[in-house]
Amino acid sequence: MDEVFKALADANRRQLLDRLHADNGQTLSELCAGLAMSRQAVTKHLAILEAANLVVTVWRGREKLHYLNPAPIAGIYDRWIHKYQRRRMQALKELKKQLEEHDDE
Amino acid sequence: MSKPQFAYVTYIATTPGKLWEALTSAEFTRQYWGRDWPDRGMHRSLVSDWQPGAEIKMLMQDGETEFYGEVLEADPPRRLSYTFKFMMGDVEAGSRVTFDLEPNGSIVKLSLLHEDFSPESVADHFIAGISNGWPAILSCMKSLLETGKPLDLTKTKMDA
Repeated sequence: MDEVFKALADANRRQLLDRLHADNGQTLSELCAGLAMSRQAVTKHLAILEAANLVVTVWRGREKLHYLNPAPIAGIYDRWIHKYQRRRMQALKELKKQLEEHDDE
Repeated sequence: MSKPQFAYVTYIATTPGKLWEALTSAEFTRQYWGRDWPDRGMHRSLVSDWQPGAEIKMLMQDGETEFYGEVLEADPPRRLSYTFKFMMGDVEAGSRVTFDLEPNGSIVKLSLLHEDFSPESVADHFIAGISNGWPAILSCMKSLLETGKPLDLTKTKMDA
């Protein structure tokens, strides 16, 4: 998981993930289009994202397509986020209970 | 060649044989498919005899079929591919899923591609449903294989 957080700790890499989220399965050239980063920089960032399993590649004919891989994000969700959602569910239940009790008065 | 719409790669501490069973056994699939939709509160089982050409059905708790298809390739414990079809109103929407299992020491790399969506099925909400569904389903399956327990994401647990 260290690799995932390190890979996410960079605005350029998060921007690449955002671009894949908007349009999954892009070639390197497509990903570079309209970016302020050099092709070499994009290649370097993609390698870090791939090492963290945040990006996976699929060959289609002669094209190498890059995909946002949701698996590590799902891992972060499972380990951290849903614990807080459970608290929120509890808070909403409490709120509902209080409001309904208030209704009875 | 159309490009796949969805790719997912995860590493699971298990054996290819156990992972194959997790993907194909009705009893095992029931433990992780649909656990993450607390609003619907139902489990699903994937049912097939897994011979090439055989029918597959995702049976819901009430006996209704949610999606269905045919086995395209079953090469245990390496590759599993089936068509994945839905009725959207009166229209059948088709697509294809392929799982590849590659052992690497004590873990197995599981790759999923979901592709070949028919024009009827490329509606945004269908792709969005798939993109949201697979991570929850496969992450729950990983947890079951590695810990023997599904993820703690159901409504009953949240209410506890």
